[in-house]
Amino acid sequence: MDDHHQLINGVAGRNPETNKITALIVDDNMVNQTIHHRLLHSLGIENQVVGNGKEAIDVHCSGKIFDLILMDLDMPVMNGIEATRKLRAMGIRNTIVGVSSRSVNEHIQEFVEAGLDDYQEKPLTISKLLSILRKVRNQAEL
Amino acid sequence: MAGLAAQLQRQLTDYTTSLFNEGFLDDQFNQLQQLQDESNPDFVVEVVSLFFEDSERLLNELATTLVQQDIDFKRVDAHVHQLKGSSSSIGAQRVQRVCIPFRNYCEEQNVEGCLKCLQQVKHEYTLVKNKLETLFKLKRQLLAAGGSFPM
Repeated sequence: MDDHHQLINGVAGRNPETNKITALIVDDNMVNQTIHHRLLHSLGIENQVVGNGKEAIDVHCSGKIFDLILMDLDMPVMNGIEATRKLRAMGIRNTIVGVSSRSVNEHIQEFVEAGLDDYQEKPLTISKLLSILRKVRNQAEL
Repeated sequence: MAGLAAQLQRQLTDYTTSLFNEGFLDDQFNQLQQLQDESNPDFVVEVVSLFFEDSERLLNELATTLVQQDIDFKRVDAHVHQLKGSSSSIGAQRVQRVCIPFRNYCEEQNVEGCLKCLQQVKHEYTLVKNKLETLFKLKRQLLAAGGSFPM
């Protein structure tokens, strides 16, 4: 755990006591929701889980804001492409990372163009997450 | 007691190794084990139980969808995609692998190919489910015998 905290502080350059990174997990699959929640938690990142793109929009409409959004692609009600477009249209500038089991060359261009900062193929791992957190830091510095 | 724990420990190590060697599990399963700690001692069992529930729902839906007159291949593909996603998330490698040709047959709208893959994926799922249940049983026995396993 200590290593993870050191990593996260080094990567994100924030004091976990006063300025914790927050994340939103957008995924319809319970297995992935549980793993991603636990992965982020193990790195000291507070996070909330919603089940589709529409719910991600609703959470933002209620005034919540997250440093990082992990967005699945294929979901019922509203998919990741539409949700990402809508969030960007709402003026959300925080890091949105597409996370899907589609390989990079499998129709993800449209997803990236909807406004992603990064794309990672599932399964998500600690090392992939650390690479994502570097982007969050870069985004925060811009 | 100590002798029994040591014996179970060895058995557990050998069994785990065999699951990786035979390709039932891949490194993603190790990732899950690393996420388990004192604050979350049942994490792996919880996630794997969710995987069982999810897979059984999807396999039933696939079986129903594939016997209909006008098969909705988009729906079949969406289910296989889900199964591929959750099996890769827990490291059930052999289940995940069958999903690849399965999705190709969906794209070709090849009913026979899809049905063949459904049988294969059911078979692989049943195998890995039994293996994981045996693994968890060994862990429970080891804990009961006063042993511990590395997290």
